[in-house]
Amino acid sequence: MKSATFEQASVEVFSIRLKILILITVVAFAGLLLRLWLLQVVHGPSYRVQSENNRIHLQDIPPFRGMIFDRHGELLVDNRPSFDLFVVPEEINSRTSLAKSMVRLVGLDEGSLREKLAEEASRYGFRPMPIKRNLSREELALVEANLFNLPGVMIQVKPQRYYMMGDFASHTIGYLGEISEGQIDGGQYPDCKPGDLIGKYGVEKKWQNRLQGVRGGEQVEVDAAGRKLAVLSRKPPVAGENLGLTIDRNLQLVAEKALSGKKGAIVAMNPMNGEILAMASAPSFDPNAFIEGIDKAEWLRLTTGKDYPLQNRATQGQYPPGSVFKIVMALAGLEEGLIDSEEEVFCDGAFNLGDHVFHCWRKQGHGRVSFHRALVESCDVYFYKLGKRLGVDKIAQYARMCGLGRATGFELGSEKDGLIPTSPWKLKRFGVPWQPGETISTSIGQSFVLVTPLQMARLMGAFFNGGILYEPKVVKWVGKEGKESYQFTPKQAGRIKAKEEHLALIREALIGVVNEPRGTGSKSKIKDGTVAGKTGTAQVLALEKEKAFGKGNEIPPEFNDHAWFVALATAENPVLAIAVLVENGGHGGSAAAPIAGELIKAYLGKTPEGQVVARTSTPGSETR
Amino acid sequence: MFDRRLIQNFDWTLLLILLLIAVASVVNLYSATYPIKGAGGSQVFMKQIYWFLIGFAVLLMMTSFDYHQLERLAYPIYFFSVALLVIVLFIGDMRSGSQRWLSFGGISFQPSELMKISMVIALAKFFNDHAQVNEYRLRDLWQPFLLMAVPALLIVKEPDLGTALLLVIVSFSIILFAKMKWRSLFILISVTLASGPFLWMSLKAYQQRRILTFLNPDLDPLGAGYHINQSKIAIGSGLLWGKGFLKGTQTRLHFLPEQHTDFVFSVLAEEWGFVGALVLLLLFLSLIVWGISIARSSKDRFGALIAVGVVAIVFWQTMINVSMTTGLLPVVGIPLAMVSYGGSAILSTMIGMGLLMNISMRRFMFQ
Repeated sequence: MKSATFEQASVEVFSIRLKILILITVVAFAGLLLRLWLLQVVHGPSYRVQSENNRIHLQDIPPFRGMIFDRHGELLVDNRPSFDLFVVPEEINSRTSLAKSMVRLVGLDEGSLREKLAEEASRYGFRPMPIKRNLSREELALVEANLFNLPGVMIQVKPQRYYMMGDFASHTIGYLGEISEGQIDGGQYPDCKPGDLIGKYGVEKKWQNRLQGVRGGEQVEVDAAGRKLAVLSRKPPVAGENLGLTIDRNLQLVAEKALSGKKGAIVAMNPMNGEILAMASAPSFDPNAFIEGIDKAEWLRLTTGKDYPLQNRATQGQYPPGSVFKIVMALAGLEEGLIDSEEEVFCDGAFNLGDHVFHCWRKQGHGRVSFHRALVESCDVYFYKLGKRLGVDKIAQYARMCGLGRATGFELGSEKDGLIPTSPWKLKRFGVPWQPGETISTSIGQSFVLVTPLQMARLMGAFFNGGILYEPKVVKWVGKEGKESYQFTPKQAGRIKAKEEHLALIREALIGVVNEPRGTGSKSKIKDGTVAGKTGTAQVLALEKEKAFGKGNEIPPEFNDHAWFVALATAENPVLAIAVLVENGGHGGSAAAPIAGELIKAYLGKTPEGQVVARTSTPGSETR
Repeated sequence: MFDRRLIQNFDWTLLLILLLIAVASVVNLYSATYPIKGAGGSQVFMKQIYWFLIGFAVLLMMTSFDYHQLERLAYPIYFFSVALLVIVLFIGDMRSGSQRWLSFGGISFQPSELMKISMVIALAKFFNDHAQVNEYRLRDLWQPFLLMAVPALLIVKEPDLGTALLLVIVSFSIILFAKMKWRSLFILISVTLASGPFLWMSLKAYQQRRILTFLNPDLDPLGAGYHINQSKIAIGSGLLWGKGFLKGTQTRLHFLPEQHTDFVFSVLAEEWGFVGALVLLLLFLSLIVWGISIARSSKDRFGALIAVGVVAIVFWQTMINVSMTTGLLPVVGIPLAMVSYGGSAILSTMIGMGLLMNISMRRFMFQ
């Protein structure tokens, strides 16, 4: 034991130190309190805001995209709920048993699911990770019934574009695709966010801003893991406007059926106002594929494949018109006073220019042919001779007046101009002067002449509506709840300025093509009503083909002639102007004219004439 | 043995302070562990109540003998505690990457918590035995340093860096209080600073990251810095009066890490505001000041040293924990005495408080 005095001294020394300790403690606590004062009182309000931001998340509610109808209010494009299956990786009990259940319930591949969970789960944290989109009704029912047994599994619903009829009118309707960064930066889509689907083609693209609607949102309270606990406020989304096409569902179906398995295009329009009643391009595509996700091979097939399914052949396909061009020739000849309709020209089956011989399609010749017979029987020699007298530049002048060689003003754009050659054009393009022989082949729609089926349908209509070239339109109305924000009105894009008697002569001849015994288009004839038409057989690489394969030899199908037929029904009451093009189809009279006939029968057979007229004036009201 | 004066001298003030802190602890834990979507309530606060009941019983038991008997037992207790620390490294339970718990028939506890008290007693014993009028030089202090270093290293090995750090700081507090030569202190600090780089390299990656993000929280706002930021948001958003009991959104929605243990203070500060935090801190301040006054009234060196040691444990835990939750210190994982959930910690604190009570009750007695 130590001495008491030492002990005493020691404790006294302690006493001083203990006072110092109290001082230190008080100062230290004052420091902590100062810190708390700064955090809670001085900077408190800003932390309060941060804590609110922490707990409140904004969630988008996607709007319902506007529906698309045909001209009679038949629903073509809708949205359907897409039930997507998600898992929250952190909430799964056992990956193995989850994977097994998923195999059983929705037929997922166990191995790949487990792999996905192992590799990607950490990326999602507590956020739901999609494992299967678009559950079928059966799968949905199975999963719903087993949800209690599947911790971490959830189903989310969102509206998904649904093209009810698959590839129906797909070139007109178009498709959706994810918005690109360039499009977001570009500012044309102010309401879109990354990941949104926007119209990339067709009506879906052209009317994107009306169809899309306004996105809604929800303020939801979430926990630190991002799990949704409660909805604090909600702004409902506004559905997009609906849209009515000018397309007639039945006519379109007939057109698509006629082209199935072929390559080609059909345009059917109302000659009196430019409404497109049917527009088919084959091969086509199913726009649903773009939404459900498309694999690379399929994408390449669609975009760069040899058949170009994404190309709308009706507006972007450029073909030599062949004999259909003779309509333009006839107009030029009559207007220029070079044709006397009574005068006969002798066709011996060939026409010589210099040392080159141009043949008539009828080897033995037509003998003496008048203007009417020349057009009805499509005598080449008659038009060779006419072309030689007109010269290429006069031909071009009338061709352009008929709306060829320039865009029609088609509503959905991205159409091709076609090509009407002139001598200055040739010199500029090739650096070589125009050759007289080229005028001869131009006369029957060959050489450099290129047209689109849409141009030809419109041209046909113009001869029966007083010469008016309408802008072709596919949208009849846009709007919703009976209020149209857009309504179709016919718009003139040009006019064929010609003497009525000349137009009448041509009309008579075109009626003859279908109705006279030796007419080339007799296969489009119908019982009640007079159809007019003109056949065309466009040679593909006429000269090159002969060189490569030799005359008369078997030639591969891709070098077969394109079959053309343009038609109008009926001469008494023009309601339908049609252009049919079948690529490599052979003769227009046999490959294209019957298709036109089917369309006319389908259109006129189903709808009495009175109603046809009425329809054009009451858009939209009959929808839904 | 039993003396009427013991009852008369029973320290009701100390008991009252402890009871108030215990009530605050249970109420706050009820909120901190309140289930996220109602229903199926958590039983954590009930367990804490049981621990407190046991803790107060232990406290009373600790007053039943004269603390001077501990002079004989100081080193045996110390070695027993060190032995447990060794054992835990071999047969301890592995929980979230560290081996800190020993299980005995369903009850598990952390030997490192016991070590804190044993350390205090052992150092008190040493400085009582080696009392000297002059200040201690380094060469006089090799034993206390050894006493400190062995358990500290064992705890680092678990690893439980926070408790090891606390042990070192508390030991140093006692050594400094016993009065070390300033020159010696200076040498010590220099050596520590010089060995800094080596210490840094001996840290685990996550520990290094914690210190780096403490120095610059923006370094990793979603990772390690996330906890500090969320804790500051919770505390700051409490404003003056708090969001109200069970209404702390940061707590309720689990934005706080470890909200029933290391970050329990943030829960309290969010729901009860500056006023609530002030009240709790004032309770701790009174506890500490009261403890120091017990040391002062103690008539012998051993009692005073034990009291200072016990007070130092509470002081440093409060300082480090609150600094950590308010972003003044890196996240080192030191709980707030009594307020954080944890049985071993409550028992260890209550043993310490029992010793304090023991000393207080015997302040008028002479040997």
